[in-house]
Amino acid sequence: MATEHYDSVLHPPAIVAELKKNKVSHVVWLPDSETNFMYQLLDAEPTIDLVSVCREGETMAIAAGLWVGGKKPVVLIQNTGIFESGDSIRGLGLDINQPLVMLIGYRGWSRHGLTNDSAARFIEHNLHSWGINYYLIETDEDAPRISLAMDEAQRTQKPVAVLVGTEFGS
Amino acid sequence: MINNTDAVRLLDRKRKNNIIVPTMNAGNTRFGLPSVTTNEKLDLPLSGAMGKASSLGLGIALAQPGRKVLILDGDGSLLMNLGTLVTIANKAPKNVYHFVFDNGAYCVTGGQPVPGAGKDDWAGMAKAAGFAATFSFDNIEDLTTGIDQVLSTTGPVFVHLKVAPEIENTPVQFRQRPRRSVQQAFKDVATSVGGR
Repeated sequence: MATEHYDSVLHPPAIVAELKKNKVSHVVWLPDSETNFMYQLLDAEPTIDLVSVCREGETMAIAAGLWVGGKKPVVLIQNTGIFESGDSIRGLGLDINQPLVMLIGYRGWSRHGLTNDSAARFIEHNLHSWGINYYLIETDEDAPRISLAMDEAQRTQKPVAVLVGTEFGS
Repeated sequence: MINNTDAVRLLDRKRKNNIIVPTMNAGNTRFGLPSVTTNEKLDLPLSGAMGKASSLGLGIALAQPGRKVLILDGDGSLLMNLGTLVTIANKAPKNVYHFVFDNGAYCVTGGQPVPGAGKDDWAGMAKAAGFAATFSFDNIEDLTTGIDQVLSTTGPVFVHLKVAPEIENTPVQFRQRPRRSVQQAFKDVATSVGGR
């Protein structure tokens, strides 16, 4: 099925290009509706290994193991999964000073008024409570913020989040 | 039943230059791996983020395919992250050896029974999840005899150990603390494997 191409939105190739530019070795993820077009691209990308999990809290722990073993992982989950992952973010992100970039599908995000989705209403408060800085990406032009997040994570030796507003195919 | 210290001592003796990720009783500072280890710089004890030792071990195994990773899990811990069996089996790392120390209880909180204590078929669950091989031992003699076969089997391997509970009732603030901080343990392992 053909997918209409919108110039002012975020396309998966822009995200994958950022990951490759930053020499990301692994994407530890659980699919979500905000990043659903990325799977095929990542699956076909020979320089990035996909690690699928059953529940989001596994992702930070697997990333911690990859990191201590010398790799450069990122996590890709939905904001709902962040709520599930609290103890992993605490124990295997913040406590061990893991420079982990977490790409987070921003379910419920809208620039057009208040959202009724509590996943959107609570996520930024949640990140604030942990002292985790975050960037928002909504268009291809925003994608370089992933590099900013990667740099910040390395510089501060802390997890940094990238909230993915919406993703469109092709 | 197997004595906890006897089990970790045997695994440490067989470890060579491989990494061990112990948690709960297997990682206890008084009677777990830290009390008998011969290569602390390759030990990564996990006390926080309960349930995630196997996920941490999986990540190390994927990053370091030339080394074996021995995950020493607890039954209560594994119950908190049961999907990890499928996650590991799906990725199928040949160097993962996932031991569960089945003592049937939450020992660090006073010995309350875990759900399914005495009824769970741990090796059966791992087999059904897709592990390449599973083993089960309920005495140290058989474990001593069988451990070489276990560690020479291509992973992911799951090993069920029926272990006697070591229940702690000392208030947490009076318990023996680890010699190393968790940050230091991560640094030690990373340095030892050339990770960063």
